[in-house]
Amino acid sequence: MTNRVEPWLYLAPTLLFIFLLVLVPLVTGISYAFFNFDLISGTQEFVGFDQFVRILSEDEVFTMSLVNTLFWTSTSLFFQFTLGLALALILNSGFRGIKFIQPVLFVPWAVPSFLIGLMWVWMFNPVTGPLPYMFEGLGLMETPENLLSDPDLAMWGPITANVWFGIPFFTIMLLAALRSIPNDIYEAAHMDGVSGLQAFRHITLPLIAPTIIITLMIRAIWIANFAEIIIVMTNGGPANSTQIVATYIYDTAYQKMDFGYASVISIALLSMLMIYGFTLGRIRQKMKVYI
Amino acid sequence: MERAKYPFIIGFLVFTLFPVFWMFKISVTPDRLLYSEGIVAWPSQTTFDHYYAVLVEGSFPDYFMNSFIVSFTTAALVTILASMAGYALSRFHFKGKVALLTILLLTQMFPIVMIIAPIYNVLTFINLVDSISGLILVYTAFNLPFACFLMQSFFDGAPQELEEAAMIDGCTRLQAMEKVTIPLCLPGIGATLGFVFTAAWSELLFALMFISRQSQMTFPAGIMNFVTKFSVDWGQMAAAMILALIPVCIFFAYIQKFIVQGLTAGALKG
Repeated sequence: MTNRVEPWLYLAPTLLFIFLLVLVPLVTGISYAFFNFDLISGTQEFVGFDQFVRILSEDEVFTMSLVNTLFWTSTSLFFQFTLGLALALILNSGFRGIKFIQPVLFVPWAVPSFLIGLMWVWMFNPVTGPLPYMFEGLGLMETPENLLSDPDLAMWGPITANVWFGIPFFTIMLLAALRSIPNDIYEAAHMDGVSGLQAFRHITLPLIAPTIIITLMIRAIWIANFAEIIIVMTNGGPANSTQIVATYIYDTAYQKMDFGYASVISIALLSMLMIYGFTLGRIRQKMKVYI
Repeated sequence: MERAKYPFIIGFLVFTLFPVFWMFKISVTPDRLLYSEGIVAWPSQTTFDHYYAVLVEGSFPDYFMNSFIVSFTTAALVTILASMAGYALSRFHFKGKVALLTILLLTQMFPIVMIIAPIYNVLTFINLVDSISGLILVYTAFNLPFACFLMQSFFDGAPQELEEAAMIDGCTRLQAMEKVTIPLCLPGIGATLGFVFTAAWSELLFALMFISRQSQMTFPAGIMNFVTKFSVDWGQMAAAMILALIPVCIFFAYIQKFIVQGLTAGALKG
């Protein structure tokens, strides 16, 4: 259907909302990058690209938070995805009691993220939680200590919490994709003597690939921007070891009240996510040709 | 093969439920045993005092009510608007569509902390600062992009031919939608409702920044009060947390089968 006016009529209310409450604030937020905010006098001074030079040349915390963001995002994503896919495959194959177990397994998705953070803070604390003793029992730790206060290990705390929270998203999305594959394909393959593993590799995987790519793309963007769990659990510490770009922005804007520089960091993060999204989008487009 | 998956199912169940169980344990532990029996699996004495304090003495019933109003209104509003937008994106080819989709995706990428202050100014301008109505508008705006993508994929999954056949038989577009397309997309609509409801129910940052009046506070912001206002009352906080999980879990358990059905129909193939 081609029509000039009609689609815009349906889109208008949505666009109005997004324009007023997302785009206008977004442009304002970006404009902060060109101003230096003076807290004492409450004035702002136009400084052009000065603050961009700072991020490129002399900000070590930014470089560190960039590396941490990569680790945080890729590790969280890897475990969320592989465990989510495994769970989706198990749920798709069906078993006794699935009706009651499936909703229970989706519970973490419904828990507010700061509560997830607090919950795991307790779990990791040797005074209030069992985990340090389990680690000690397993020989992973010599004495039951708080993993969150060890700079070398601290990031695994928020990652664990994030994986706990994020598995259901992948499970739900991938389960839906698996359920939409018609059964006759498998039956035909089975008659032709294709093994289960071959069927997974050559039928299941290609058919759910579009879902995999779009979910990986949107989740990676969300995780890279997802600061709440880290702020609650470690607030970026100890010694910036869990500082990701998103928490660094929060810290710069609301602790140091340097909105101008925080905006510069935001723009840096935005550009990197755009490149990432664009690349995945291109891959997805190319794949469509074959599937 | 059949038996091999049970250890995995049990593993997933333990990983999912253990932290929640631990929270429940803290919520029924009397204050004086909180640290001395902090690491035992079950305290030597249990109490429901914390639940009593949260439900009867505090303002939590009000927070619950506010959260319900905010989450339901947001979910309904977003689903209606995203249905219209998703329909337009699915059924029409028009100039600027790719640019529009790019902008929708872009809105997901900018760190939210940077736009809080500008949004505050917009809310001041329309005189809705410090009220749940303002919060509903902000949540609606931020949940719309993902909901539009979802609804578009559901409409893509519902065959256009049926709708066109109905229109040839004399239905207007609106009637065709009402009689053919909407019933087909019902699971998808349920899925969108569910996603938005849980997102609004859990949101903290905006709620914390835009609301300061007790009477307008939502549940997550109310819980944060425990951290900041008093010396942290862990027992009550854990109790409040468990209580917060109940309604959203019931709602989500009910809606999750629609989510899977709805996504299966739409299959996010497009």
